[in-house]
Amino acid sequence: MNFGLSESQQILKNNARKFFAAECPVSEVRRIMETESAHDQKLWRSMAEQGFLGVVIPEDAGGMGLGMVELAALAEEMGRALVPGPFLATLLASAAIEGAGTKKHLAEIASGQCKGTLALLEAGGSWSPDAVAMPALEGEKMFVPDAGVADVIVVAARDRGELALYLVDGKSIERTAMPAVDLTRRLYKLNFAKAQGELLARGDAARNALERALDIATVALCAEMTGGMQRTMEMAVEYAKTRKQFGKPIGQYQAVQHQCADMLLWTESSRSATYYAAWALDNNAPDARAAVSVAKVYASDSCREVGNRGVQVQGGMGFTWENDVHLYYRRAKASEIAFGDATFHRERIARLIIDRMNARTAVGV
Amino acid sequence: MDLNLTPQELAFRDEVRAWFAANVPKDWVRRRNAEESMEARFEYLRAWQRKMFDAGWAGVSWPREYGGRGASLMEQVIFIEEMARAEAPPMANVLGLGLIGPTIIAFGTDAQKTRFLPKILSAEEIWCQGFSEPNAGSDLAALGSEGKLDGDHFIVNGQKIWNSYGWAADWCELVVRTDPNVEKHKGLTVLLADMKSPGVEVRPLKQMTGESEFCELFFRDVRVPVSNVIGKVNDGWRVAMGTLMHERGTFGAGLQVNYRRNFNRLVEIAHHMKRTGDPLVRQKLAQAYTEIEVMRCNQMRAFSRINETGVPGPEGSIQKIFWSELNQRFQQMAQEIMGPYGQLAHGSADAFDEGQWAYGYLRSRGNTIEAGTSEIQRNIIGHFVLGLPKSY
Repeated sequence: MNFGLSESQQILKNNARKFFAAECPVSEVRRIMETESAHDQKLWRSMAEQGFLGVVIPEDAGGMGLGMVELAALAEEMGRALVPGPFLATLLASAAIEGAGTKKHLAEIASGQCKGTLALLEAGGSWSPDAVAMPALEGEKMFVPDAGVADVIVVAARDRGELALYLVDGKSIERTAMPAVDLTRRLYKLNFAKAQGELLARGDAARNALERALDIATVALCAEMTGGMQRTMEMAVEYAKTRKQFGKPIGQYQAVQHQCADMLLWTESSRSATYYAAWALDNNAPDARAAVSVAKVYASDSCREVGNRGVQVQGGMGFTWENDVHLYYRRAKASEIAFGDATFHRERIARLIIDRMNARTAVGV
Repeated sequence: MDLNLTPQELAFRDEVRAWFAANVPKDWVRRRNAEESMEARFEYLRAWQRKMFDAGWAGVSWPREYGGRGASLMEQVIFIEEMARAEAPPMANVLGLGLIGPTIIAFGTDAQKTRFLPKILSAEEIWCQGFSEPNAGSDLAALGSEGKLDGDHFIVNGQKIWNSYGWAADWCELVVRTDPNVEKHKGLTVLLADMKSPGVEVRPLKQMTGESEFCELFFRDVRVPVSNVIGKVNDGWRVAMGTLMHERGTFGAGLQVNYRRNFNRLVEIAHHMKRTGDPLVRQKLAQAYTEIEVMRCNQMRAFSRINETGVPGPEGSIQKIFWSELNQRFQQMAQEIMGPYGQLAHGSADAFDEGQWAYGYLRSRGNTIEAGTSEIQRNIIGHFVLGLPKSY
């Protein structure tokens, strides 16, 4: 048994760190987040050249054909660098397309020529496929990530009562921005007025493709969150070492030190849970879906708390626009919510684990 | 990254599993919660260790040359997990096997190894630790028990506390101050003290659960031969830290299995009480499942890292905080789910599981204190992992 990354996985991770340090330093993040779509085509193209956009896309469809662990390693570095743009949105789209049994657009996605997203949520705001009510294809989808730059949109809708997935040309849909806390990723409201879409899957096939895509993107998101937590912690620890009050670095006071220790505990634990979920998905472990929810529950609650402490430890400086911690704090809030928050995933665990156990041996009353 | 067991690890697991299936005493699960004297219980556990010893399982982690099995770290983890899974009784000489034997192997002379190790394995001689004192708990190096050199003996005077198994022990790994005139870490020596020596007094310490897991030890002019110094005179801090490193090592592997068993049991009870339809209860149970799973993942990662590199990574330092605080939250949650039944103690006919939940609730309070308080653990993380300046 070996929990550590293999040599090639570690190389991929190291290369990603170097790449984003050079191509997407925080000054670039700040520049890109001020643009209309928080997307930079030049950065996107160089990510494609690195193969980053097709990590889990099969080789015969133009991708690298790697697994979830590699995807998590890359996403952790992207979260650490706070890379803006439609990476996760496009991952959702490609995973749903592939899950529906086709290779349409996958090669263009891997080569960076095509960006995508997935339209799932409606006014009710639920991430459950059961909550999809919009008839095909007439109505409104909300909270759709980075739809403003999406060339293709996978849309979940109802076709005569059955869940179905459709592939829609992004430019054909009316897209309205929903300004939100995270400045590095945009949310949109989509208005479908008798839109034309190509049916990808229907019924159980649609549901499986959708759930699989959400699981894959959730693990990548948890890895990003871990990277974000790591960076938030590092900034706080660095500040605690240099900022002096009462003649001592504030990191010498246990009230500060213990907050940093908690940040480490949450960050490392999120990392363990995330990589386990990645491995479980790759290996079709019996508990894979529960493992994804475990990672999301833990990372959601942790990234919020790590963010809180990250601001608190840096005091007034942590509350300024100029300090980078709020960029991570904003991203953390959006990530906590995306693909279901901790409450949503705890209920999912209850269904996957608790409802399948019974009271067979309880005695004593 | 590959979390499957290797063929060798699988074979080892199957061998261990088969042995436990055939040999774990059938009466243990019932007996565990029954009233019996500490002495009778201890003899039962001693017989169990003897049985494991005869089959070659007593010192899995110990090198073969000292009578162990020389198991790899992963095999040790598998062994501990299987032992917990089989609900096997603990071995009588827990501290001798887990902490003191490995310390003697690391720091002892050949004569000490020959004299002490075989009887630790066979449970012929039981060991305890004399580390903490009334005025030296977290600040262990401030301990005041003195060892004065008198010819070829040290004369020991002082008091130790929070000592486990003292009442049953034949020997004690004892830390004393042998040089009061140097910096506090530098004047300590570790002695192997015969508990039957004149001047040793053992008093049980009753804890909030009503049990006496711990003792106080009093040493009055106790003579310990210089040949029983382990390591070097005045180099005891290094030896003591070596011992404590083992305390924070593979211990958690069995806990994770026990926690999962407790969780499964609590879900059964919640179903039985028709509470699993309550969204709040569902949230709480799912949170407990999450935390136990995260603990398992942290452990896999930590053991795997030590196995690869020989040194624990940052995930190792968080384990103690994680399992202790998790268990406190879990026990509290169990109380909430059971409502008025949770408080029922051993002896109440209406209690679930013979009152184990009321006991578990009280006992979990000690988790964040024993083996290094949560505060000390956070200091360790702050200073040694994050590189923040030492606060004391």
